[in-house]
Amino acid sequence: MKVENIAALLGAQFGEKIIESKLDSLNPWSVVSPPAILDVCRFLNADDRLLFDHLELLGGVDFKDRIEVVYILYSMTFRHRYTLKCYLPRENPVVPSVASVWRAADWHERETYDMFGVVFSGHGDLRRILCPDDWEGYPLRKDYKFPDRYGNMPV
Amino acid sequence: MEAEYSGEMMTLNMGPQHPSTHGVLRLELKTDGEVVADAIPHIGYLHRCFEKHAENVEYPGVIPFTDRMDYLAAMNNELGFCLAVEKLMGIQVNNRVRCIRVIMAELNRIASHLVAAGTYGNDIGSVTPFLHCFRDREKILDFFEETCGARMLYNYNWIGGLMYDLPIGLEDRILDFLDYFEPLVDDLNQLFSYNHIFVKRTANVGILSPEVAINYGVTGPNLRGSGIRFDVRKDEPYLSYEEFDFDVCVGKGKFGPVGSCFDRYMVRIEEVRESCKIVRQAVAKLTPGNVQESIPKRVRPPAGEVYMRTECPRGELGYYIVSDEGVKPYRVKVKSPCFTVMGAFREMSRGAMIADIVAIIGSIDIVLGEIDR
Repeated sequence: MKVENIAALLGAQFGEKIIESKLDSLNPWSVVSPPAILDVCRFLNADDRLLFDHLELLGGVDFKDRIEVVYILYSMTFRHRYTLKCYLPRENPVVPSVASVWRAADWHERETYDMFGVVFSGHGDLRRILCPDDWEGYPLRKDYKFPDRYGNMPV
Repeated sequence: MEAEYSGEMMTLNMGPQHPSTHGVLRLELKTDGEVVADAIPHIGYLHRCFEKHAENVEYPGVIPFTDRMDYLAAMNNELGFCLAVEKLMGIQVNNRVRCIRVIMAELNRIASHLVAAGTYGNDIGSVTPFLHCFRDREKILDFFEETCGARMLYNYNWIGGLMYDLPIGLEDRILDFLDYFEPLVDDLNQLFSYNHIFVKRTANVGILSPEVAINYGVTGPNLRGSGIRFDVRKDEPYLSYEEFDFDVCVGKGKFGPVGSCFDRYMVRIEEVRESCKIVRQAVAKLTPGNVQESIPKRVRPPAGEVYMRTECPRGELGYYIVSDEGVKPYRVKVKSPCFTVMGAFREMSRGAMIADIVAIIGSIDIVLGEIDR
């Protein structure tokens, strides 16, 4: 299915919850209101015309005024791709977890939490995955200062 | 495989220095006697925060970092990054660059699969295939050394071109190598793949059903081992792969259910043959040309974002790059195939024997450098 049709289907189903779309990008995307992301993902995964069964990538981007969570979805059945984004505030970013739709999201959400401090509500096992459990700060944020000590060890 | 638990669990720590975990992976096994009720992977021992590094160097400077993720298939790693930046900048490369890239990527795939097969034998207790595989891999590494001076971490693919052209006469030596190597795949099969003990150890172990594989985002040989005919080179071709004639190998379940360790292993062996076919075709397609003619003076992509995925030996490696018109990437996010398959490991290993855990880790062929990045 063409990206225009996917965007039209999303718009028809969710209306105002789709905040904006950019379809002429190399990687066409729509911005979804954060509380609606789980419903949107369930719809994209289950609808017969879309069947997005494969979560290719879930990651964060820090844009100084906001944190974006990016979901790149792919359908193994229809071979089409679409990208969703959520804009979150830098203070206290919270978004529902989609690990119940794609199990692949489990580890990717943990990584995004580890690197950006995004809290995925309803995840169940949200803890650091790449950094040690007692690491302070979120390394991929643009204002991250590299620590000069880890515990009582100088680094 | 369903197991009944008596309720008396023991926690067994495996790794991070265990020889069969292919690097520094730590597994927390909850065991009931010999049966593993749960296997919790702990990763991050090799974490260097590649993505933070990438934000602090210029685009061409990122390529050596990509080499160090999956160090057994560095050609494929840097290829993906170069293609992503080229897509963002709208650079077209000439036929010679495309063909050399295909030759190098496929030779590297053969080398990587040989390591996978060889170390798998070593894990399970058979040392001979390891020596056979590494003997032939050395010959491929010799070609790389001749081409770009390095044996493991190449920095050979550049944005818009290549570091050097092929040395004189290398095409013929590659063809000679293929003539020598292709019959040896049959030898390896007779010696190892169809060995009764090996089949017994792998054919009913670590079953990954197709639905679970897709839901966990498993890709590459591990997905094809579950019987799904999906290959980025066929289904979303890049580098003019659509012009090459090759088959996508899938697990057939010859000795047990589809999606077992044996199927995943066998897909890699079959892929080695297909890669040989592709290399032969790419050598035939080589035309004269300047491999550096499209290299930009300064890499400064327009603002925007791109997602590019390529089929690496371990699955599809994706680069999501956000550019703010600067000379450094604003954000590079890597979708690592080993990271996603490690997420599914817990599912595969539930109810297995402790000795089978080793067989399962070997069959998914992970490189910890890429999981931890």
